[in-house]
Amino acid sequence: MIEDISRPDPDELLAQVKAEAEQEKRGKLKIFLGYAPGTGKTYTMLEAGRQRRKDTDVVIAIVETHSRVDTEALLSGFDILSRKQSEYHGVTLSEMDIDTVLARHPQLALVDEFAHENIPGSRHARRYQDVEELLQAGIDVYTTLNVQHIESGRNVVAQITGVWVRETVPDSIIDIATEIELVDLPPDELINRLKEGKVYVPEQIAPATEKFFRKGNLTALRELALRIAAKHVDQQTLAYMKTHAVGGSWPSGERLLLYIGPDSWGSRLVRGTRRLAYELGAVWTATDIETPENVRLSPLQQDRINETLKLAQRLGAKTITIQGESIAAAVIDYAKANNITKIVAAKPRKSLRRLFIGSAVDRIIRNSEDIDVHLLGTTGEAEVAEEIHKQASLLKNWQHYLKGFGLVVLATLLGQVLHGIFTPTTIAMLYLLCVVVASFLWGLGTAIMVSFLGVLAFDFFNIPPYLTFAIGDTQYIFTFLVLMGIGIIISYLSERVRHQSQIAKQHENQTAALYTLGRDLAMSNDLESYINAISKRAKETFGREAIILLPDSQNKEILRHYTANSKIGVSETELAAATWTFQHQKTAGPGTDTLPNTRARHVPLVTARGTVGVIALLMDTGEKLSIVQERFLEGFADLAAVALESILLAEEAQNTRVLRKTEKLQTALLNSVSHDLRTPLVSIIGVLSSLQEEGMNLDNAARKNLIGVAREEAERLNHLITNLLDVSRIEAGAIKINLQAADVQDLVGAALQQMEGFARNRQINVGIPAELPCVSVDFGLTVQTLVNVLDNAIKYSAADSSIDISGSQAGNDIYIEVADHGVGIPSQDLIRVFDKFYRIQRPDNATGTGLGLSICKGMVEAQGGQITAENRPGGGTVIRLILPISGISGISEKTNVQ
Amino acid sequence: MSSEKVLVVDDEQAIRRFLKVALTSQGYTVTESASGSEALSIAATKKPDIIILDLGLPDIDGVEVTRLLRQWTKIPILILSVRGSENDKIDALDAGADDYLTKPFGVGELLARLRATLRRSMQATNEPIFINGDLKVDLAKRRVMVGEKEIQLTPNEYDLLRVLTNNAGKVLTHHHLLCEVWGVEYGEEFQILRVNISNLRRKLEPEPARPRYIITEPGVGYRLKTD
Repeated sequence: MIEDISRPDPDELLAQVKAEAEQEKRGKLKIFLGYAPGTGKTYTMLEAGRQRRKDTDVVIAIVETHSRVDTEALLSGFDILSRKQSEYHGVTLSEMDIDTVLARHPQLALVDEFAHENIPGSRHARRYQDVEELLQAGIDVYTTLNVQHIESGRNVVAQITGVWVRETVPDSIIDIATEIELVDLPPDELINRLKEGKVYVPEQIAPATEKFFRKGNLTALRELALRIAAKHVDQQTLAYMKTHAVGGSWPSGERLLLYIGPDSWGSRLVRGTRRLAYELGAVWTATDIETPENVRLSPLQQDRINETLKLAQRLGAKTITIQGESIAAAVIDYAKANNITKIVAAKPRKSLRRLFIGSAVDRIIRNSEDIDVHLLGTTGEAEVAEEIHKQASLLKNWQHYLKGFGLVVLATLLGQVLHGIFTPTTIAMLYLLCVVVASFLWGLGTAIMVSFLGVLAFDFFNIPPYLTFAIGDTQYIFTFLVLMGIGIIISYLSERVRHQSQIAKQHENQTAALYTLGRDLAMSNDLESYINAISKRAKETFGREAIILLPDSQNKEILRHYTANSKIGVSETELAAATWTFQHQKTAGPGTDTLPNTRARHVPLVTARGTVGVIALLMDTGEKLSIVQERFLEGFADLAAVALESILLAEEAQNTRVLRKTEKLQTALLNSVSHDLRTPLVSIIGVLSSLQEEGMNLDNAARKNLIGVAREEAERLNHLITNLLDVSRIEAGAIKINLQAADVQDLVGAALQQMEGFARNRQINVGIPAELPCVSVDFGLTVQTLVNVLDNAIKYSAADSSIDISGSQAGNDIYIEVADHGVGIPSQDLIRVFDKFYRIQRPDNATGTGLGLSICKGMVEAQGGQITAENRPGGGTVIRLILPISGISGISEKTNVQ
Repeated sequence: MSSEKVLVVDDEQAIRRFLKVALTSQGYTVTESASGSEALSIAATKKPDIIILDLGLPDIDGVEVTRLLRQWTKIPILILSVRGSENDKIDALDAGADDYLTKPFGVGELLARLRATLRRSMQATNEPIFINGDLKVDLAKRRVMVGEKEIQLTPNEYDLLRVLTNNAGKVLTHHHLLCEVWGVEYGEEFQILRVNISNLRRKLEPEPARPRYIITEPGVGYRLKTD
């Protein structure tokens, strides 16, 4: 396939643009790179910082002077931030305090010793991770680094100097540095300085100082440093060239695939591949293969593969797991499907097994067709490991061998019984049966043993000459071999089947678990059922408790924890870890590099909108998740995040709906109120101004009429204002209820009293039985309710029709009914009539904001009663108040002598 | 006869204006005050016959003014209150105020209450006989008549009527009535009061549901009407 190499790959470009955008917000990292201790990195960094101080806010986050006088002198004038002190094994040590720096938020922070390993208990395991946080916060950083602390350089350095450095920084971090400044010092000068005692030699090097500081070594190290600095520039150039479509030598479009397996693993392999990829300008993928055979790998082998994969990932590889029938087939298929140009693997070692069966790598080579295969050498670690593994597997399952032996004995006995009756061939079948059974039940080893023993027994007991091991007829040799062969084949086959079904089952379980989780989450439409679903599934699949942490609705910074199991508490540390996870969108806890000592594994729930929460899986101390579980956790978290988002969105939608409804009501209220408040004033002002006006020539009768009108309108206005105030108080929940025993007649009487003006000229019939018990109500509120109900009745019935008020008892309640002979209420509105602002359109001048009945409802319900509306059989409406009977009974009569 | 002196205490100028005009037209002499402290000093110096006191004063709470006044004078006090602050009304009445009016009120009501309160304060002794319409209560002979009919009352009912009659025209709080008739321990037993009032009404009122004589003052107490 011919590719147009001069046009940049759009995906890559997009990534580049995104990266650049990110870069804008991110702080810039400048590394002062040296090739050995004592070359003056810290000094140079401080000097550079000094220069910047003129126009930038610079602070010293952490700098180790190691009591070197001239370096210390440079510290003057700098704002040196306090360190975080912590106790470790009885010693007080100090580390950089990230939070202090973040709070201070300088433009530039000086951080010494980029590769430093933090004390256990610190937020991150390594200082470069701390720096990463600072960069993310937009703070520029200057830092110092020795070339032996770079991951891909470590092997080379070890070979040169014999010193294996433990603290390293991944290459990917170096790549994101904006600038690398090489701090150079001619090796001769460095050696002089060492002699003068001006060099601080770190612990690791101390025993090998002599060897380390040899001129030859130093020169080689210097070269390495130069090369790395140059490569970095190179990489930047390439990136620049790509985005600006500059013609020239392009990254080759090479794609590497690294095979990692039980016989192809190790850090040297990964680093070597990385270097290869770097040199070729290639993208590389690291993969391990899952086959029926592989499931049989020991935990040690699994661990090795996992660690190797993790390392590859850290060094910038994409990692995947391929499933397949055989390793070679899986690798080749994937390579072909993904346009892999080179396959990389470890050189297979000489072993007996390789001789007979051949190793996976050999098969890859054989089938690779036109894909290049690079083989890298591995160190001795792998060989030693193999030995241990071999020994382990042979000795287990001795019980099975015992059983196999027993089976042969049984067969032999049976054979003796049938000796004369059946031919030897038939008896051979017995042994064949044993072999089949043994291979099916007890594995290859037992099967082979059984075959062998069976053959011997068969020979001994059934082949003439009997009871000897001599073979009379050579054809039986063939039988023996066949028996053996069958045994081996069957046990192989049955093991494959067994393991295949094991894998299938595992995958099925995983898929099923994810499926049930997805289903559960799809059905949960509120937070509670969501939390329950997650907790349940987490328990089932991981066997551990899960907690969900969500941002508080008011303050998005604070996380609140939710769990189905109320016995689980969340400590401060866990909360802090969860908060960190939430803010940085990265997982934290055991098995990660951040806060590895927390009890729970925190995974952020991330969607397109951002982080919506955190799920924390409680683990036992020291426990780690296997790679399979890790992947599963990822899938789990994805589902959880999506479901959570949909719940949150649903809530938002609901809130918006409610808000809109409230706004509508408020608008309606304002409109209605302004109209209804003004209307009475029109009459009042009208009347008063008429009375005031000179020359109106009103006679007494007219005057009286006008005044009457004004009075009525004023009363109406008063009533309306009262209603509005009541509505506001009900809404605000500020109604003070003062429940007392009240006589129904009293209530009605007081209501009628208040209605003097409105009820003029209307016939109101009151029928309250004398023995009606008292009700437990707030007197004032109930009177107000009755006034509103009566007002309503008056408004919606003819002036000459009567209004009937009656009281009755029904069980533990008292009914007070106000009935009119008006037009009644349409039956579908009988409930809605109590809604706010519901007003039935009337042809006559029925006025009012339609609040009356809704106020009644509010007031009655606030006292624990009910209000209903019904239509009267003869026409008209009945409004019924249902009020509880007052519980106090028994009135003591004072005896008095009259 | 010299006109009676009224002290009007309200921080609202419009209300003071209205009251002054209304009262002066009825022959009262009106002094105004806008604050509680000023009112206290005017009361001491000018010695009015009656004080109309708004509860919502800016400097001293109306209830407190009542209390302070009652420490040295029996001048009748008529309080003006807003709807909804029942507790203030009750507190003022219990502190010694004679009657109350709820804003907004009609001038007729005001004048009636004013007259009734003044009349009561002028009276040296209590009249033994009370008459209002068809209702006649003879306290000396312990007889109650509605029209021509004599009404039989239980001891409690009679006592209750007696207290109301002795304070005819004046509002009596539930608490006051209960203490007077049943004793301090019954101060909060509203049920008892309600039942007895109800019974009284059924016996005395032509229309018990729309009482003419024994009026309910919602949230405050009861009053026996005098006219």
